[in-house]
Amino acid sequence: MKILVAIKRVPDPNATIKVRPDGAGIVTDNLKYVVNPFCEIAIEEALRIKEKQGGAEVVLVTIGDQVCQEQLRTGLAMGADRAILVLAEGEVEPVAVARALEKLVAQESPDMVLMGKQAIDDDSNVVGQMLAEILGWGQATFASEVKLADGNGSAVVTREVDGGLEDVEVQMPAIITADLRLNEPRYASLPGIMKARKKELKEIPLADLGIDQTVQIKTHSIAPPAEREAGKRVETVEELVNLLHTEAKAI
Amino acid sequence: MSNVLVFAEHQHKTFSKTALVALGAGKAIAAKSGGECYAAVLGSGIDDLAAEAAKYGVAKVFAVEHAALENYTAEAHSQALAALAEDKGCDTVVATASSIGKDMLPRVAIRLGAGMASDITGVNDDGTITRPTYAGNAMATISIETPRKVISVRATAFEPATEDGSAEVEKVEAKIDESVIKTKFVAFNETKSDRPNLAEASVVVAGGRGLKNGENFETVLEPLVDALGAAMGASRAAVDAGFVPNDLQIGQTGKVVAPELYIAVGISGAIQHLAGMKDSKVIVAINKDEEAPIFQVSDYGLVADLFKAVPELKEAVENLK
Repeated sequence: MKILVAIKRVPDPNATIKVRPDGAGIVTDNLKYVVNPFCEIAIEEALRIKEKQGGAEVVLVTIGDQVCQEQLRTGLAMGADRAILVLAEGEVEPVAVARALEKLVAQESPDMVLMGKQAIDDDSNVVGQMLAEILGWGQATFASEVKLADGNGSAVVTREVDGGLEDVEVQMPAIITADLRLNEPRYASLPGIMKARKKELKEIPLADLGIDQTVQIKTHSIAPPAEREAGKRVETVEELVNLLHTEAKAI
Repeated sequence: MSNVLVFAEHQHKTFSKTALVALGAGKAIAAKSGGECYAAVLGSGIDDLAAEAAKYGVAKVFAVEHAALENYTAEAHSQALAALAEDKGCDTVVATASSIGKDMLPRVAIRLGAGMASDITGVNDDGTITRPTYAGNAMATISIETPRKVISVRATAFEPATEDGSAEVEKVEAKIDESVIKTKFVAFNETKSDRPNLAEASVVVAGGRGLKNGENFETVLEPLVDALGAAMGASRAAVDAGFVPNDLQIGQTGKVVAPELYIAVGISGAIQHLAGMKDSKVIVAINKDEEAPIFQVSDYGLVADLFKAVPELKEAVENLK
């Protein structure tokens, strides 16, 4: 079995995000970058499948500039076998990411593509679904449990949906996107980090994939959200309840 | 002029607020583009639902009937919806960013060759769209450059449609190639709880590491949660410490909520957490650390020992009722 895991480099979720005064982007000075938390869960799931199955290969892929090597190395240190960096300058919009991934799927012929349900920078939550449609594959998004059938012709995936959990059976090959409860990702071990340095990391220029990059979504500017002002300090529970009842009319 | 097709989502044959928000947003988008707003009801045995949808002030309801639409699958629903939009000349497709909307619309976008904007919070007069990015830490102004557009709307950002007239219902034969359906519905396990759903609750009480352990969530926090008829949430710190399960996590990597009233108990207010709740209408913070960042976004802050304040608050809420 071969599993392709698509990951994204994003700002640390614990970092303060500030919008640049010119609205052209966020302030990136001293900003720490990590593997998107949902993608980290996807890597972990691929590794668990590999450990269970034996003989499986886990291939990481990301799209971005040279610095994205860091996140690929993190995934390799966790235990992935090799990595592909599709080199691109600047933002690549989700539909172009899906199209680039289609080309890599054609090259790699994986049995499954795992990825995070959404990246915590753009928050679009579309790439996995778009890739599934382009490939004509089934999809199981927002996965909280993946149970592969014997022989791996299919999988039963538990999905986190509004109001509960849904089980679907999906034929392989399939796209599975990871939600928060799928697993708790491991930390890379020191030997893992050492080994990762020697693992294959192939670079492919995005232009070589020959995808249509016509702009579909244009971002004009970004702005900080409306500020919330710190409100009142209250001294007692009684005062709090009175204000909530009479002023805020919230209870 | 661009006509809008709204996916009127139903769960187990009832419309939830989700569908009404999509209709409200669709009507607003159609009004801005000078087009008509149509509703699509997909499923099997949906005559009553289609008649219900017709009451919400749309120009027409398309009832798309097919056995393959009985249980939701992304492949079947996206095919049927994309084909309908094409046949009826609707250049814009709108749904709520519910779990179904998020799952299905990107496939519709690929089928239609449409650009897709996710989880939008506003449509501006110049045709641009506002959507939150970086978990709401930045609001992006974007435009969809393709002639066809697919849009998912954030449920808390648009007014639900109200009953307003009655429209014609047109039965439409669904165009579905069943050979491309690669998933099969197996089971739905509804979260059984007497409490409201976290994402839809009008009051949320959330606990953090200040509660010290899982038992205190039950004995200290839950009585207040129930006195308010609220949903219970937690900070990532409380989840990571193992006090409560992950599905209660509110924050950038958990659930994003925007209730009428949010009460943060023993939560310091890490950026991760603020990203998930700062659009709440009224925020109350109870924390013994007066420097806690949560107070900077709170409408009412009480510096107190939560183990004293929370039971008092519960009593006071009960007395009020």
